[in-house]
Amino acid sequence: MAVLTQPGSGPMIHLPGEDDPQPPRRRRRRGGHPAAAFAGYAVLVFFALVFLYPFVIQLGNAFKTEPDAAANPLSPIPSVLDLNSVQRIFDGTDFPLWLGNSTLVTIIVTLGRVFFASLAGYALARLKFSGRRVVFGAVVAMMAVPPVVLLIPKFLVLNQLGLYNSYAALIVPVLVDATGVFVMKQFFESIPVSVEEAARIDGVNAFRMFWSVVLPMARPALITVTIMSFQGSWNELPHTLVAVQDPALFTLPRGLADLVSGSLGKGSQYPLKLGAALLATIPVAIIFVVFQRYFVRGANEGAEKG
Amino acid sequence: MATDVLAGPDDPRRAAPAEPPRRTRRRGGTRSGETAAGWLFVAPVIVILGLFMLLPILMALWVSLTDWNGQGSPFTSRVPLVGLDNYTDLFTRDGLARQNFMTSIRNNLYYVGIVVPVQTALALFLALVVNNRMLRGRGFFRAAFYFPSVTSSVAISVVFLFIFANAGAVNRLLALFGIDGPQWFADSRGVLHLLLGALGMDEPPRALTSGGPFGLAWWDWLSGPSVAMCSIIILVVWTTSGTFMLMFLAALQQVPETLEEAGKLDGATRWQRLRFITLPSLRPTMFLVLALGVIGSWQVFDQIYVMSQGDPAKTTLTPAYLSYRTAFRDFEYGSGAAISFVLFLIIILLTLGQRWLLRERDSGRRLRRRADRSGAETGRRS
Repeated sequence: MAVLTQPGSGPMIHLPGEDDPQPPRRRRRRGGHPAAAFAGYAVLVFFALVFLYPFVIQLGNAFKTEPDAAANPLSPIPSVLDLNSVQRIFDGTDFPLWLGNSTLVTIIVTLGRVFFASLAGYALARLKFSGRRVVFGAVVAMMAVPPVVLLIPKFLVLNQLGLYNSYAALIVPVLVDATGVFVMKQFFESIPVSVEEAARIDGVNAFRMFWSVVLPMARPALITVTIMSFQGSWNELPHTLVAVQDPALFTLPRGLADLVSGSLGKGSQYPLKLGAALLATIPVAIIFVVFQRYFVRGANEGAEKG
Repeated sequence: MATDVLAGPDDPRRAAPAEPPRRTRRRGGTRSGETAAGWLFVAPVIVILGLFMLLPILMALWVSLTDWNGQGSPFTSRVPLVGLDNYTDLFTRDGLARQNFMTSIRNNLYYVGIVVPVQTALALFLALVVNNRMLRGRGFFRAAFYFPSVTSSVAISVVFLFIFANAGAVNRLLALFGIDGPQWFADSRGVLHLLLGALGMDEPPRALTSGGPFGLAWWDWLSGPSVAMCSIIILVVWTTSGTFMLMFLAALQQVPETLEEAGKLDGATRWQRLRFITLPSLRPTMFLVLALGVIGSWQVFDQIYVMSQGDPAKTTLTPAYLSYRTAFRDFEYGSGAAISFVLFLIIILLTLGQRWLLRERDSGRRLRRRADRSGAETGRRS
């Protein structure tokens, strides 16, 4: 639906020029042509609706009765405020369990990824050891391995190691990600060496150097990697599919997927599903609002700059 | 997902600053100390990536040569070795395995063919609008467009299942315009077939009903994405455009304002400036976005798992989902692993192709930039 209508896209492109007969254009006019500005806002508002209205629908319908949601799916406002579905998310499903599992897994995975990525990133950027190039080459190669083709392979290893169906299976295989290592290495390379050299004269050992001298300077990169890890781990579905099958070990995405595939029994029960999905979205949404610029950086990280 | 396979590492300029001036030479102990520390620091990464990426790939390669059914260990002599059968079943031997695999390839080809151009165009368009300096509140709109990209694919899929339900929001919206919406997730009709039907061609021409490549009739290859697949395509375009918009925005901010100014002085209209100044300087980013889009589009899994499980009539089956289903639903791990490896090969070839082309592009760009410094007619060259 996003591509069907783009009101104002025409006027957006061939802006002033034609309409106003060559006004003296000496100064850069901040305000621009009012019609052009209007068209610009029209486009922005239209797409803001396209991108945000599904969330509005989700929010509204989570608080409707099931017949109400079925009859008025477009309306963001419930005709009667109904908290039954929200209530049943907690009483009638394993949602609290999934929430607990997701929280546990996400915290450990995020801490692990940030720590290991910065440790390795620092070594690859600054420590001179034979084999460094090979290791970095391997890390870069790993970044190119598409996660979906690893599903069966990961299952095989977890099965062979006897880890299948355990918290360890949910956590250990994803405790390191190559992209994080890459991001940290790039960042450490951008820090001037002089600080370390000063500390080196004081005879600080490698770990102390990393932990108390370099890491505190790496705050922006650390936040970026933390956010990437948190978001990736919180939203992860495929890995859980091949790591566990015991419902007691389900995380939120897995539990939600299970709800959709019919573990609820009768009826579509959309208000409940939408509510559960909404609750699963809230943590990432909060972090997104607070740390928006780091998300932006994460998205562009590594995307080459000339 | 998309940001994993980025271009950077090949860039020789990256490695340069890593070499600090060698003034610590005089202390011989530093180097050996650094070697130990270096390996210690990278050890966790090596162990975990080795144990959960490299080793599994080798194990799966072995399993793809067997008929393991999930019972016991696949690495015993009791598991029948079948050689390359699992692979030939996908390509040369007529049967259900090939039928399914080729159907999934067809589906994914249409998926890539629509998702990539549409999301790229939409991302570029949004970036150009958001980059417009005379508009206020751009930060808000940028965040709004990007927000779907950061949310859980499963949660979003739940929302879209509701929105695309038979009497759901989308069909209500269409009804406002007098359009009778389809039953999205139950509709396996191919879009191209529908178009041909609308032109009066209800029956497939005799020549196309059989004999297509790889055991799928030409008529089936030419179906277009099914209506059900279209709803997944819409969902994916909606979630990923924001990420790519950010990439375009970052590139737009690098376009020197002096170029724009020069264009204005030369009396170029806004359209001309866009066409001859802005777009040419976005080319490397455009290329990156296209490449990442293609690579990412071959990995679509979550949405299929949650929304359609390959149905209706296998029209949303993709290789990624098929490999999962073959292994974990049908317990044919060998066949599933073989599908994974074929998919792996497709993606790796695309990635290598992208890196190779990007390198060409990069050096080309540097040359061009050098030329631009002296030249006036920047854009004409495109």
